[in-house]
Amino acid sequence: MHIVVCIKQVPDSAQIRVHPVTNTIMRQGVPTIINPYDLFALEEAMRLRDEFGGRVTVLCMGPPMAEDALRRALGLGADQAVLITDRRFAGSDTLATSFALATALETLGKEHPIDIVFTGKQTIDGDTAQVGPGIACRLELNQLTYVAAIDSLDKAKGEIVARRRAEGGVQVLKSKLPCLITMLEGANTLRRGSVQDMLRAARAKVTVWSAEDAGVGDLLKCGLRGSPTVVKKVFAPQPREEPAEMVAVEGKTPAQIGDAILDLVFARQPKLEAELTA
Amino acid sequence: MAEHFDAIVVGAGPSGNAAAYTMAKAGLSVLQIDRGEYPGSKNVQGAILYADALERVIPDFREDAPLERHVVEQRMWFLDETSHTGAHYRSDDFNEAKPNRYTILRAPFDKWFSSKVREAGAILICETTVTELVKDARGRVIGVLTDREGGAIYADIVVLGEGVNGLIGQRAGLRPELKPAHVALAVKETHFLPEETVRERFNLQGEEDGVVIEVFGGVSSGMVGTGFLYTNRESISIGVGCLISDFAETRIPPYELLDRFKAHPSVAPLLKGSEMKEYVAHLIPEGGYNAIPRLTGDGWAIIGDAGQFVNAVHREGSNLAMTTGRLVGETVVQLKAEGKPCTDANLKLYRDKLAGSFVMKDLKKYRKVPALLEKNKHLLTAYPNAMSQALQSMLRVDGASKREKEGQALAALKKNRGSWAGVATDMFKLARAWR
Repeated sequence: MHIVVCIKQVPDSAQIRVHPVTNTIMRQGVPTIINPYDLFALEEAMRLRDEFGGRVTVLCMGPPMAEDALRRALGLGADQAVLITDRRFAGSDTLATSFALATALETLGKEHPIDIVFTGKQTIDGDTAQVGPGIACRLELNQLTYVAAIDSLDKAKGEIVARRRAEGGVQVLKSKLPCLITMLEGANTLRRGSVQDMLRAARAKVTVWSAEDAGVGDLLKCGLRGSPTVVKKVFAPQPREEPAEMVAVEGKTPAQIGDAILDLVFARQPKLEAELTA
Repeated sequence: MAEHFDAIVVGAGPSGNAAAYTMAKAGLSVLQIDRGEYPGSKNVQGAILYADALERVIPDFREDAPLERHVVEQRMWFLDETSHTGAHYRSDDFNEAKPNRYTILRAPFDKWFSSKVREAGAILICETTVTELVKDARGRVIGVLTDREGGAIYADIVVLGEGVNGLIGQRAGLRPELKPAHVALAVKETHFLPEETVRERFNLQGEEDGVVIEVFGGVSSGMVGTGFLYTNRESISIGVGCLISDFAETRIPPYELLDRFKAHPSVAPLLKGSEMKEYVAHLIPEGGYNAIPRLTGDGWAIIGDAGQFVNAVHREGSNLAMTTGRLVGETVVQLKAEGKPCTDANLKLYRDKLAGSFVMKDLKKYRKVPALLEKNKHLLTAYPNAMSQALQSMLRVDGASKREKEGQALAALKKNRGSWAGVATDMFKLARAWR
């Protein structure tokens, strides 16, 4: 089996700072991490590999420094890593990104046909959840999104059964392989690679592909030119102007506390009081 | 098959990086292991970079190392509750082609240093804690075990640059447990300020000029400790550190001490309008020469903070760390070239190199200072207070004659120390400790 996991290197959102003067995100010095959802995808891929054999390739599109993320994935136990990086990919939105990744997947698949493509359900920096489905669409793969667990895989029949979180319940879906799966958080527990995995990762050569290497022919569909999305403005949310107020409760009965809170609410929302008491 | 390296370096701080770089550059196979998420993620410093020590490891580091400002002015302040008495030294000579001291932020700096180590050919694995040293039947160290599966990794020498609180050396009985009186706890905050504000507030002309303020006296509230304030490009690092034993005795919470320092009338205006970006704390080994543990054995050597290589009097540490790392690296390279094993006897070369360097000479010079300060804590408050009171009375023009003022100044000195005999004793002790 050949399983490919698409990962993205993202800034650690817990450590992002907004520049107090320019109001832009300060990227300098902010540590980067593998998009957390992608790690659940990677672990699930490695579980399938360990059970059914084969190999796991991690694929990432990003700047040259995204090699760190791929090396980290190798240290967790992935077999092979490919980085597609090219100045002409800069400024890609989800449409252009899924085009570039889908093309690279096709190129990867020529060497070893791909059985499953995994992605995280979404990234924590873009939060669109569009790239996974975008890839599936372009490669005409069945897409199983928001998957919480994989119930079974029948290698001979080329079928997979997965549990998908849907509004109001859980869907159990059966799909033909190849397919694309986007994984939910908490689907599994990420393993720690062994010492050998870590050494292999530290020594490994990450395959670096330019647009041409990845097989991308139509550069008009890449980068800024291939991205119809326009970011008009970036700003930090303003802190709420009204500060929280404390209500002293000591020595009061619950009814008195309730009245005190209601008084405060009504003082600020006179309309509400009028409607409720009408 | 089990992996075997020429050297395993534990820790990716200044000492470990210098050691790994020196050995890898010379063509040895080096594995560096760090427990942090990325190299340097656990590292904390004030931070001043002393160029000389790094230059001897990476001569052209100025080309691409992330440096904040080079220091053109050093201030030394003695605080009491409401005043500071200061000495400032500023010189345009510090605006040289290759400046001598820089302020740095350790996160980007360590990332850079580590990238150099890997470029030199060392292999680095992070998020991996060395749990145990592997020894052969004769007790020689031959490798390490980690908290990951997969067994031992072997090497001809294990270099322990595991930092102040490194447990491997302690667990293996190579060095004793830390004593509270030998370790300082420092807390530091990084405050953001726009670049122009930093330059205006500290009268900085050049874009990369910087100021360093070292603070003594009331800043440590009677404990053995000091404070500091360093200018970065668009932030200020401010911190204070005191001996753990003193914190334990006085029960003053470290952050409260820092808050008091920040609120001091001499300091508050420098921080006004800033936004706190980072809050960190770290231990600093300050036991000095007498606290240095055994440094080598069969198959192992200790470098950096793990070996108590900090000159607390001069606020130097990372340069000692880099130097000890470089010296152990050079030693191993030399032994390898001569085909000699890394036995304790052969590693005497490292100990000799150390003894001949400023590291040991400086630590030896100040070997009596830690004990002196520990036993004579009044030195840190009595004299700064007396100085402040004397200066205030001299400067205040209030009808009293100058002779009366001189009398008041001397009285202030006597009052703060208790007696003239006390003053004389202190001077004698200080002179002896400094010799």
